[in-house]
Amino acid sequence: MLNTNDILETIRMITDENLDVRTVTMGISLLDCADPDARKACEKIYRKITTRASRLVEVVDSISTNYGVPIVNKRISVTPIALLLAACPDADPVWFAKTLDAAAKQVGVNFIGGYSALVQKGFSAGDRALIESIPEALACTDFVCSSVNIGSTKAGINMDAVKMMGPVVRRAAELTADNNCLGAAKLVVFCNAVEDNPFMAGAFHGPGEADCCVHVGVSGPGAVRAALAKLPKDAPLQDVAELVKRIAFKITRMGQMVGELAARELNVPFGIVDLSLAPTPAIGDSVARVLEEMGLDHCGGFGTTAALALLNDAVKKGGVMASGSVGGLSGAFIPVSEDEGMIEAAELGTLTLNKLEAMTAVCSVGLDMIVIPGDTSPEIISAMIADEAAIGMVNSKTTAVRVIPAIGKKMGERLDFGGLLGYGPVMPVNTTSPAVFVNRGGRIPAPMQSLKN
Amino acid sequence: MKAVITVLGKDQIGILARVSGLCAEMGVNVEEVTQNILGGTFAMIMLVDVSKCTVEYPQLVKRLEESGREHGMDIHITRQELFEAMHRI
Repeated sequence: MLNTNDILETIRMITDENLDVRTVTMGISLLDCADPDARKACEKIYRKITTRASRLVEVVDSISTNYGVPIVNKRISVTPIALLLAACPDADPVWFAKTLDAAAKQVGVNFIGGYSALVQKGFSAGDRALIESIPEALACTDFVCSSVNIGSTKAGINMDAVKMMGPVVRRAAELTADNNCLGAAKLVVFCNAVEDNPFMAGAFHGPGEADCCVHVGVSGPGAVRAALAKLPKDAPLQDVAELVKRIAFKITRMGQMVGELAARELNVPFGIVDLSLAPTPAIGDSVARVLEEMGLDHCGGFGTTAALALLNDAVKKGGVMASGSVGGLSGAFIPVSEDEGMIEAAELGTLTLNKLEAMTAVCSVGLDMIVIPGDTSPEIISAMIADEAAIGMVNSKTTAVRVIPAIGKKMGERLDFGGLLGYGPVMPVNTTSPAVFVNRGGRIPAPMQSLKN
Repeated sequence: MKAVITVLGKDQIGILARVSGLCAEMGVNVEEVTQNILGGTFAMIMLVDVSKCTVEYPQLVKRLEESGREHGMDIHITRQELFEAMHRI
């Protein structure tokens, strides 16, 4: 029989420490749905998604019941819609968003990602129209998520796109001002976006992916924190790293098992396991608390970046042996409004945007779910995106910006999105104007790191 | 198809009888049982065969969890493969 302690450990991780599979995401290619007639393209898209994903929710729920593993979200990622828009450049891109939303509702998933454009080196047909339509698309749909990749280590940073994105983020918040500016929470601006990310809002199904596959995103900061709490306070940091690796291994194995089962049942290839520590606003499910458990009074103080670097690396090392196909973003997420410990640190003022920017150099993504003052100018948002992209470009890692301008709100107030998106205080932003720099547009050339051949 | 039933909570008379009775009622064969009391908390682990279970699996899960709630215990049933995946290399 199995070891009693192992069984009890697993049960405890699930029942007391919020261990779960955060998402099973089906990636669906829509390349074969392109059509010069946008109406026909939308029909093909709806048919393909509702056919391919017709059993997704049912199969995943059944795995969850049978194996006793909570699986929180069922989601879909699709080919960046700008690629389809290239075939019908005069069409209204919002039709595509409404089609995606209707398909998501039909199959019962709670988000669909891929209202996206990849413009790291320049715009092709359809890209500009899609980017300009993002605020409206997010305001008139419920489940559609959008992302734009504006830079990469190989291509440099497309500053024309960066210049566009500041106003787009702001407009997305303005159009949803009566709903906690939710539009901006469903929009991610990437540098080095990955093509197989299962996590929202940044998921899309890259053009290099198979026709259809399932990806799994695991979570488990609560389980890591609980394990670290048992470690003596004077244990050296290599012991901390070792313990994180062990827990990450177990968490990832669970994700790998769920992914294999789902792929087999749905008769599609298994894509990747994204071994991310993804927090939720629930008590005990926080990445900030893991950092504090390592010995910091509050997240955001000096030592936070080092602790996060250790955590991010140990999660990958533990997880990589547990799965045959690790991918996605894999590491530790630091979304402020989705993390109970980060929210507290931001409210106390120990966690600032400056510190978060430093943390994004060592975590898995970037400035995530940060509420900024409603009067923040579009140029400042663009410059924020440029800074994050520069960190990603130079360090050959994914970075992103998902900030939510709280329209009509100031410091001391907050936005409450509800559910997994959580809530967050308005955080102060450095208001020195970057307008001239941003308005230059053009391109920041690719760094030396891009010349690897 | 093998599964593991875990029963956690305050020790009380008749736990084993109650859970194994429920298993018998639904055609679930109990193959191994291990139990101990750790600091007043009762922990019982049963390895069961559910291949001849007379009810749908979700129904089995529901009945066990409900019985646990009725008696102030935490009862879970989980397929054996999960533990093998997580704890065996």
